[in-house]
Amino acid sequence: MKHLYTWSAILVIALASVVGDVLISHAMKQVGDVGQLRRRAGLWTVVARVLGNRNFVLGVGAMAVAFFSLLFALSWGDVSLVGPAAASLTFIGNAFAAKIFLHERVDTRRWIAALLVAGGVALLAG
Amino acid sequence: MFASAGDALLSHGMKQTGNISLHHLQSVFFALANPWVAAGILLLLAFFASYTSALSWADLTYVLPATSLGYVLLALVAKFALHEQVSPLRWAGIALITGGVGFVAGGPALTEHAPSPVEDHETVSSGAKP
Repeated sequence: MKHLYTWSAILVIALASVVGDVLISHAMKQVGDVGQLRRRAGLWTVVARVLGNRNFVLGVGAMAVAFFSLLFALSWGDVSLVGPAAASLTFIGNAFAAKIFLHERVDTRRWIAALLVAGGVALLAG
Repeated sequence: MFASAGDALLSHGMKQTGNISLHHLQSVFFALANPWVAAGILLLLAFFASYTSALSWADLTYVLPATSLGYVLLALVAKFALHEQVSPLRWAGIALITGGVGFVAGGPALTEHAPSPVEDHETVSSGAKP
């Protein structure tokens, strides 16, 4: 039963992280290159522009959900299971989500990278 | 432009270390005093700022593998600064991550489909070298 709780929490973490990453990535593409914007309009304009973006705020909210589910998961399962499992699933989920929602061109090169990194993270923390 | 990208991503990876230590701090909360938590949060904020700025000029599927270099860095810090034992399995993990990052780093950083961000990107890459 505890196993089930842990794995559902891991799934929630991965899902919330993917949603957060996609929203924030989308928001930052809307804002545009911040280095250039900062040179043109100053740091505070960049901060205001980013914080004022609705997708960014929603993305941070999703990240917060992921963080608190992590705390829950850690109370049920081991760090060495929860950490790598959630991180690996997030990498693979992100590759799918970036392709579907952000229309990024996820070519073979990036698929291989996502799988390698996901596997590496699992080994590293396992 | 690639050099600056490399620099940004590396410093980015360094800050990721702070991010991970914050997660870790949560689990060993009792063992550590408050200043560490504060430092962890500051590092987390710095990581987040550089992460979002990297996302403003690169694809998510490019930035994410690159940030995972932070895990590699963390393992190296654990090995050389904290003198932890790094098992062969973990070295294999490090090799996989490094290989994965090498794979994306060789490709284009941004998918070129939306007209305006691409124009911005071009002007930055040419304008960044004064």
